Amino acid sequence: MHGRHLPAAIIALTALALGGCGVGGDEGGSGARAINWYAFNEPGGSYQMAVDNCNKQSNGRYTINYVKLPNIADQQRELLVRRLAAEDDDIDLASLDVIWTAEFAEAGWIVPWEGDRRSVAEEGKLDGPLETVRYQGKIWAIPHTSNTQLLWYRKDRVDPPPDDFTWDEMIDDAVEKGTAVEVQAAQYEGLVVWINALIAGAGGQIVNEQGDVAVNDTAKRAAEIEKKLATSPAAPPGMSTNREDQARQGFESGRSDYQINYTFIYPSAEAIEGFQEKIGWARYPRTDKDKPSAPPLGGFNIAVSEYSNNQDLAFEAAECLASPENQALSAELGGLPPTTESVYSNPKVEKAFPFADELRASIDAAGPRPVTPAYSDISLAIQKTYHPPDAVDPDTVVSTLRDRIEKAVEGKIF
Amino acid sequence: MEAATTSARTAAPPKRGMTERARAERKLAWILCAPAVIAMLLVTGYPIAYAFYLSLQKFDLRFPDEKEFVGLSNYADVLSSSTWWSDLLTTVIITVVSVSFELVLGMLIALVMHRAIFGRGPVRAAILIPYGIVTVVAAFAWRYAFDPTSGFVFGLPLVPDTWQPLNTKEGSLFVIIAAEVWKTTPFMALLLLAGLALVPDELHEAAKVDGASALQRFFRITLPLMKPAILVALLFRTLDAFRIFDNIFIIQPGGALGTESVSILGYNVLINRVNLGLGSAISILIFICVILIAFLFVKGLGTSTAQQRGET
Repeated sequence: MHGRHLPAAIIALTALALGGCGVGGDEGGSGARAINWYAFNEPGGSYQMAVDNCNKQSNGRYTINYVKLPNIADQQRELLVRRLAAEDDDIDLASLDVIWTAEFAEAGWIVPWEGDRRSVAEEGKLDGPLETVRYQGKIWAIPHTSNTQLLWYRKDRVDPPPDDFTWDEMIDDAVEKGTAVEVQAAQYEGLVVWINALIAGAGGQIVNEQGDVAVNDTAKRAAEIEKKLATSPAAPPGMSTNREDQARQGFESGRSDYQINYTFIYPSAEAIEGFQEKIGWARYPRTDKDKPSAPPLGGFNIAVSEYSNNQDLAFEAAECLASPENQALSAELGGLPPTTESVYSNPKVEKAFPFADELRASIDAAGPRPVTPAYSDISLAIQKTYHPPDAVDPDTVVSTLRDRIEKAVEGKIF
Repeated sequence: MEAATTSARTAAPPKRGMTERARAERKLAWILCAPAVIAMLLVTGYPIAYAFYLSLQKFDLRFPDEKEFVGLSNYADVLSSSTWWSDLLTTVIITVVSVSFELVLGMLIALVMHRAIFGRGPVRAAILIPYGIVTVVAAFAWRYAFDPTSGFVFGLPLVPDTWQPLNTKEGSLFVIIAAEVWKTTPFMALLLLAGLALVPDELHEAAKVDGASALQRFFRITLPLMKPAILVALLFRTLDAFRIFDNIFIIQPGGALGTESVSILGYNVLINRVNLGLGSAISILIFICVILIAFLFVKGLGTSTAQQRGET
């Protein structure tokens, strides 16, 4: 009796996975063309203020709609990729994480900045961030905000680290003092940021300039450091699921004296009475004693969609959003480091970043993550290989990683 | 056996013998069914066929120019990878363990609901609350409960402070299965309650008179009579549990620490890597697994109902 309905029930169950939704619209204010800007929801409110500024300056030619994306980079990418792959003309501008440029450019989802526009995009920008919008000789977006990780430490508990401070020394010191080192080691992009910085700090690469797999013994060195921390008493609780914010919380709770993290942790510490004064900063630790470190480089660039119906206005709006004034706003309210060099001498920015010198030096010295259209596949391969941190095997990691990345690049399963 | 064949013969009478009226009724039946059949084909038949078509292509949304027909090589790729098999094993473990717990707990709850003398309505409503909560919300609740920094579980007596389930594979699977069991046991209980209601009281009374104990009555009368209901409940839950996605997605994002189920794998390939060819092959393989499970259960169901008819 039940049996007769089963095939239908099975088919109905498989259909449950389907769904769809829509956001945003094309209607702007009185006659102005609407430009939809897909960007993460900046909690400081500086993106919204930049949008308001630009809408005023456009003299009614365009109105930017700020369409807020989730705060997790992986989720932002998923949403943008889905829409752009479907040639959705609702997106005019998209904020792209620095690692997505090659993928989006190769797929033909974003348009290059050429001629005069190219000079606007390049004008006055720092080298590191500018490098992230370059792919195959073209400029694919305007650098907006940058980011890098510093070593944050408790001034009241540990000595200021020397210039050639290494990961090994930091872990040993934390073990000796009975405290922890906060890192990002959950299985997500943040783990790739760490591993890539460790590999680059040892002078290695994951993918070379030609886009070929270049994994060598430096990958083993990275695994050794990762495993050493994960299996030492200096590993923070929940290390294998910690992201940026858990690291911040752990540091603020006082359980750790060292933290590797982005600059947002500094303004965030304001909430705790007297805590900011206890925070010291230094350059990202070295992988090897004799080689300078290669700190991670993060940040966002603004790109114009191939499927936008108002590309000319979209370029104009992007220029405005990434203007030095609006970058200063993001620095002041959101703690996001600027990509335009001159903004660093703005008094408000200087006040927001007491560590501005270290920040600039870190951005200049940063080691880029692999520039390849298969970046997200490679990222997943790295995540799988180096997670969980305490179980990674330094002796086999090189061949495992090489094998997985080769499969990732060929579009195979790994 | 014999009974089954005779009933099959009576169920499908020869067409020639149909009266005018019967023929008209049959035609009407087809017309009335048609909209549902067409809607079903549109929303299920087409996507499944399209997914199968995609699974035969090399097709990555990022490299549309490289699209080409590759036959079954995507399937070969998936089936020859250790990832697929380890994910399948994880999925089977989660399915078997969670459905077993749900069956036992669901049966106990169904008995409680069946026997509740006063406050029947409130008791049933209270038991159903977990099922009414959105899975993602429930998953977040479980994740936060076991969060290494803020989880309340670690403040409870008898729970060691050093226990960090979300840091290990076994611990994560435990939390995922617990969340799954907590969430869907009420569904199981509801289906079993329906079966329980079908067991006639007279049989129990007769057995009682004959001196059967409560346990004997449960195993000798209630369970056999409930078998069809139990199998249907098991089938529904097994199919559901096999496609587990949301609990893992929230509790151990990305299927970290070896908690990746086949659905998470499909999601990673389809949505993250936008590799439609390979991802569709995974989807079709999941579909085939689901059909196999259903087939096994339906076969089981068929024999059990026939046996029952023979017995009574």
